[in-house]
Amino acid sequence: MMNLHSSFLYRKMVDRGMAVVCALLFLVAFIPLLSVLWLVITKGAAGLSWDFFTQLPKPVGEEGGGIGNALIGTLAMVAIACVLGLPLGVGAGVYLAEKGDGTIGNTIRFMAEVLSGVPSIVIGIVAYALVVKPMGHFSALAGGVALAILMIPTLARATEELVRLVPGSLREASLALGVPNWKTSMRVVIRTAMSGIVTACLLAVARAAGETAPLIFTALNNQYWNFDPRAPTASLTVQIYNYAISPYDDWHTKAWTASLVLLLVVGMLNVASRVMTRSRLKGAR
Amino acid sequence: MIPAPAAHAMTSEKPAVALPTSAAAATVLTDEATQPKVEVKDLNVYFRTNHAIRHVSLSVQPQTVLAVIGPSGCGKSTFIRALNRMHDLVPGARVEGKVYVDGKDLYARGIDPVLLRRRVGMVFQRPNPFPTMSIYENVAAGLTLNGIGGNHHETVERCLRQAALWDEVKDRLKHAGTSLSGGQQQRLCIARALAVEPEVLLMDEPASALDPIATAKIEELIHELKEKYTIIIVTHSMQQAARVSDNTAFFYLGELIEIGPTAQIFTNPRERRTEDYVTGKFG
Repeated sequence: MMNLHSSFLYRKMVDRGMAVVCALLFLVAFIPLLSVLWLVITKGAAGLSWDFFTQLPKPVGEEGGGIGNALIGTLAMVAIACVLGLPLGVGAGVYLAEKGDGTIGNTIRFMAEVLSGVPSIVIGIVAYALVVKPMGHFSALAGGVALAILMIPTLARATEELVRLVPGSLREASLALGVPNWKTSMRVVIRTAMSGIVTACLLAVARAAGETAPLIFTALNNQYWNFDPRAPTASLTVQIYNYAISPYDDWHTKAWTASLVLLLVVGMLNVASRVMTRSRLKGAR
Repeated sequence: MIPAPAAHAMTSEKPAVALPTSAAAATVLTDEATQPKVEVKDLNVYFRTNHAIRHVSLSVQPQTVLAVIGPSGCGKSTFIRALNRMHDLVPGARVEGKVYVDGKDLYARGIDPVLLRRRVGMVFQRPNPFPTMSIYENVAAGLTLNGIGGNHHETVERCLRQAALWDEVKDRLKHAGTSLSGGQQQRLCIARALAVEPEVLLMDEPASALDPIATAKIEELIHELKEKYTIIIVTHSMQQAARVSDNTAFFYLGELIEIGPTAQIFTNPRERRTEDYVTGKFG
């Protein structure tokens, strides 16, 4: 009886100890995240103003100015990347999940895995060769293509996993109702996976919005407003890079503020994904 | 499809609940005047090299319940899944032989499995309501997914009533189908299967995941559905087979060992293996 009691105490102690260890590890992991947020907010918030969103960058020495063109440029290039990348990425993922058990599927899956491991700067060079060279100049289009190439493999793999997670019993239930195969895939299987796919898309978009390397050789930069997708275009990330490596304090502050804007854009995408994927049904689990 | 009024006319002449007595069942089984609703001739199912169903032949009369019993892995589920061509999508599965529904061979060329499945409905072992749909949408799914638009209120209410679920869910039709309890979900799945008005209903251990009360409700339901539908039910429970069925088929290692009126299978089987199984000597 005594023995049983002490072993119970021992187990309780181990349980407590492990809970404390887990909490500490969580804090350690949380510190870098918090410090990034803290630094960006404290150093960047001072520069936030209406002008910062609407003005063009000013030359060195002049006060004020903003990153309006870079914000528009990033949004435009992400939009181009979405138009090209989301359908291809999601489509490839659905194909892999539904029909991808043969040689073609395995080849595509292997390629997607290799491609998702390729450093983004290499993808920038590829987009340079594919789009910039034939066009003869840098462009938002080339930047969008680079970002799309970056999105497709990860999106395809994520979509495949999400579609495969849908229980086969739902597919069977639909087929047993006499629903054709393609409709079962579209309206039951993919619809069930849809909330996950939307999240995967928004995360891919957020990742693309934060890329710098693939844009350096493709969209280059632009000091002026540009609404022509065939012309060189500014982006938040390249602008941050240029400001950060400059020797001027004013530009350093601008780099922090632009970073904060980028964080806000990405954060809003994440919130949007939460809201969009919330179930409309009462009592849904 | 059977027009509903005709089915009602037929049921009104019958006793309210057809008891699975040997006499009644025997006449059903041997009555050669009526064409069997489902007739299986020399059915074989293979999964690659595994010969899962071996030379099965049997027939089921309209408006009767056939229970399929046997130990785990004997091919009960494989057998009834062959009756609405669910094996078509399983890689490596091959079906040989003939399955006639109303005299038409399901596996003949030119038969569209999609149209067939609208006539031969299926209820699965685990409740599988569509998680993205409400209770209402789940019941109407067979219609809406097949492109039948418009208002399905009447169908939804009728099917939910038939499945003995209406009173429990009528005030929350817009709630998620998955918000119901397991037994309610299974009755929801039965309502969903009924909404496409199948003529044959296949049930693969529909009560195996349910508690005794939900099981009793589903068995009661089977008695009522028999008035209109032909039912083939796979069950692990011999008591359940005895309670709900007119005829019973005993499967063992992929073969049909014996089929006959339920009372006879349980009290006086012809085969030794059937007797050993129903008396609990193995399985």
